[in-house]
Amino acid sequence: MNRVDGRQKVTGAAKYAAEYELPNLAYGVLVGSTITKGRLTSIDTKTAERAPGVLAVITHLNAPKAPGTKPTGKDPSQPQTVGNALQVFMDDKIRFNDQPIAVVVANTLERARFAARLVKAQYAKEKHQTNLEANKANAFLPTQAKKNPKSPAADYQRGQVDAYKTGALKLESEYVIPTEVHHPMELQAITAHWEAPDRLTLYDKTQGTMATRRDFARQWGLPEENVKVIATYVGGAFGNALHSWPHESAAIIAAKVVNRPVRLMLTREQMFTMVGYRPHTWQKIGMSATPDGKITAITHESIGQTSTYEEFVEATLGQTKMMYQSPNLTTRYRLAALDVGSPIWMRGPGEATGAFALESAMDEMAFLLNIDPMEFRLRNYTDQDPEKNRPWSSKFLKECYQAGAQRVGWNKRQLKPGALRDGEWFIGYGMGVGTFGAHRGSSKASAQLLPNGTVLLQSAVTDIGPGTGTAMTQIAADTLGLAPEKIRFEWGNSDFAQAPTQGGSAIVNTVGPAVQEACMALKDKLRELAATSNSAFTSAKKEDVAFADNYLTLSGNSTARATYADLVRQAGGTAVTVESKPSGEGQKYSMYSFSVHFAEVRVHELTGEVRVSKLVSCADAGTIINEKTAGNQMKGGAVGGIGMALMEHAIIDDRFGRYVTKDLADYHVPVQADSPAIEVFFVNQPDPYVNKLGTKGIGEIATIGVAPAIANAVFNATGKRVRELPITPDKLV
Amino acid sequence: MNQFQYVRATKPQAAIEAVAKDANARFIAGGTNLVDLMKRGVMTPQKLVDINRLDFRKIERQNNGLRIGALALNSTVADDKQVRERQPLLALALNAGASPQLRNMATVGGNMLQRTRCAYFYDVTMPCNKRQPGTGCGALEGINRMHAIFGFSDKCIAVHPSDMSVALVALDATVQVSGPKGNRSIPFADFHRLPGDTPEKDTNLEPGELITAVDVPDGPFTKHVHYQKVRERASYAFALLSVAAALDIENGTIKAARLAMGGVAHKPWRLTAAEQVLVGKPATEETFRQAATVAMQGAKSFKHNEYKLRLGPNAIVQALKTAAAA
Repeated sequence: MNRVDGRQKVTGAAKYAAEYELPNLAYGVLVGSTITKGRLTSIDTKTAERAPGVLAVITHLNAPKAPGTKPTGKDPSQPQTVGNALQVFMDDKIRFNDQPIAVVVANTLERARFAARLVKAQYAKEKHQTNLEANKANAFLPTQAKKNPKSPAADYQRGQVDAYKTGALKLESEYVIPTEVHHPMELQAITAHWEAPDRLTLYDKTQGTMATRRDFARQWGLPEENVKVIATYVGGAFGNALHSWPHESAAIIAAKVVNRPVRLMLTREQMFTMVGYRPHTWQKIGMSATPDGKITAITHESIGQTSTYEEFVEATLGQTKMMYQSPNLTTRYRLAALDVGSPIWMRGPGEATGAFALESAMDEMAFLLNIDPMEFRLRNYTDQDPEKNRPWSSKFLKECYQAGAQRVGWNKRQLKPGALRDGEWFIGYGMGVGTFGAHRGSSKASAQLLPNGTVLLQSAVTDIGPGTGTAMTQIAADTLGLAPEKIRFEWGNSDFAQAPTQGGSAIVNTVGPAVQEACMALKDKLRELAATSNSAFTSAKKEDVAFADNYLTLSGNSTARATYADLVRQAGGTAVTVESKPSGEGQKYSMYSFSVHFAEVRVHELTGEVRVSKLVSCADAGTIINEKTAGNQMKGGAVGGIGMALMEHAIIDDRFGRYVTKDLADYHVPVQADSPAIEVFFVNQPDPYVNKLGTKGIGEIATIGVAPAIANAVFNATGKRVRELPITPDKLV
Repeated sequence: MNQFQYVRATKPQAAIEAVAKDANARFIAGGTNLVDLMKRGVMTPQKLVDINRLDFRKIERQNNGLRIGALALNSTVADDKQVRERQPLLALALNAGASPQLRNMATVGGNMLQRTRCAYFYDVTMPCNKRQPGTGCGALEGINRMHAIFGFSDKCIAVHPSDMSVALVALDATVQVSGPKGNRSIPFADFHRLPGDTPEKDTNLEPGELITAVDVPDGPFTKHVHYQKVRERASYAFALLSVAAALDIENGTIKAARLAMGGVAHKPWRLTAAEQVLVGKPATEETFRQAATVAMQGAKSFKHNEYKLRLGPNAIVQALKTAAAA
């Protein structure tokens, strides 16, 4: 089945957050701090205020203070941080470079942009810290781990502490990933509209309409139903829209001040500084093994960068705890607070960071043992979860290994690096494994039959690009026995049936069952309604209810009919809303999706350029609802992994605390020519426990493990082990 | 963006006068660089004189060479039959630059006048002698992995970003210029400047002077040519460094050679001493390695671009090998 919104997207009919043309629309442009830490001593807005078309210049001196601006930090859909998200225009304190210090509002974008240049600020500078390496000594255990020793961020131990140190065969390696910045095609944008003094509508780039509604309702002291969040189309997000950011608050404040709807879209340059990123992270792995390739101990430590005002925590060490059968295992997760904007999850999030270290170390150990890296992984394969000592709900990773190895041509791989060449190009093969929890939350969905025989489904969930709308339409079509063209699934509106934030690979797992159950409930309701006028329906099973062109019928009973128009007229409509919740199986089984990525790379002997010539991504993600969109999601994740491995690198000049990579010419992401034809393989076996659909989730495992697969292939090609990403030519030449 | 006046010139003389008499006026053609710089406040001209209507788009045979109009589009030149036949190195260099969308807008003259991509030049809050003389060079002690290894000064270590210009300097092109004092020709190698004490001056153009054409003389370099661009992704990235190589080989012996590098200096960097090493020698890897060693003499690196000292000679060898095999 094709994407239900494909046509809208390619014809430009799809409307994004900055494309809603509201009457009397005004435009906001942010002015950022040019220092990294300190205080604003004065801010001169007079010239800007007098510029043509300017409606307001808002700073901490004149901004209305939202009554509820102290966040509770309790919202489960927001990052589990300690501290407060940055509140714009609350005080004179500068916490990071380019922190918004003013928003200029004008009647055209160009005028707002011009006037924004005229705002002049004076600062009292303080010494700042933006260098992770220099601040490793100040790293600390996250507060959530201090408070709760069972927190995933707490130190983990099984067997003996740091047992690798006494191992006969051991390695100790440090790995670094730089800051990687979110650059989805659609920039961060919002159109804020106070429809009444106590009614706020937001057209927003967000991954969670409910979360955004809750957050801003709380900030402005409004009942949640007074805030409406619309995010019908989201032009890629990857975690970038999992947090409420300063520009959203700025637009809402601006709309309040000028009493007009205000559109505010960030520039590419601003995307680097104030809307999150994959944090710069240092890791160290110690590993020991027996000569026959059994891992005896792993110690995995990590220090991730966070801001001074929020503790951003992610599951960097999660995969290490459960992927391989190591009797002794130690993890230590720490944070270093720097004078930078807060990080946020980026696809695969911490697990992708951690997998770079773990899967590189696996390759290093296999090399040390002179064992094929796939064989080494098989010797340490886990048939049950060694962390929680529970069975897996399902695990078909071995099948993925086999399928991927065959497709990439793993048999051509030589144990000795540098052994394969094609003219001036060294050829190498590498693999990397990924895993991510098959999370499922609670969600609602509503369904109703319309007089024309179409079924309308609604859910507040967003579709940030993976094809959620398409998958849900397909689930509904399959459940109802109705052609997909007869189904309209509407999403991305906080007024719809409540659904969680799109993220953590959990949406098909979570909203899918809600859609499925809503469709079943609808069938049952229709059967009941039909029974009032046609007794044939009274004793029928809902499974037998079938949809003909103009009427409902029963399979095996050609005379039973109930026209749609009649059904809709009855009982004031057919709408049903259901809530679907996870069962308790999560306590008995460990639920994970698994992936393995195989890369073939070519490295030029003289220039050190790396080209990924083949990439095979294999996933055990349970049932695949739609091969086309799921395959597309895997490919997108793999391209993200190519960027992570070979080019993404946001660089700060620590003297100034400012990024020197400020646009997509300096900050490289893969172009088409960097991506080979990516082959995708799905095991496509249902998981019996996550939900009735059998799904486990794809989004994260598509990226987790790709970067180490490429790094390992580069080692196999050249004998050079690059432990600090990205692998640019300067590191190989 | 600052407010500015926009004038569309229909005659060269009018355009030249408009810019010559107003220090804050600039020519605009494709605008692929200037508009970006204006959006960031790096350049703040108060008047733009649009020269796109001027009749400088032709590519024609003239005096044993090709005369390429200053307003010919990068994509047009790269696809031009005569250019591909007579100066394939130029076509290769053009196609290595930017993206198809940009090449469809950018002109030959504009390509030559690109400003550096140094991050300190682009950020108006940072020191940069090129943007604001006297403020210092941010890159000198800063992030300088993209920066110069030849011909820099303590005032500026930026590099020129053009690929096309690397081929043109190798091919002994001449720049035709029209100005308030009349017409003149500038050898391509003298067109761009080294930073010295005046890094704010990229070229030797006088105020109001307008590039009208570039002449590329016919030569023997119709077969054994290569443009080796080393970059961090397969397309749409500025060069870590690049090499333009052209050889005339007869019976395995090099009769004539041209060699230039990009991404290593404030101007496209012609390697005449290395060319001399090549001439008369067999077209072998050993010869190429000797030339590369000579080419890199005098190179000096900074904190983050030490790799260029290793990559440079390798890229030269690779360019020459590929050219010889072409």
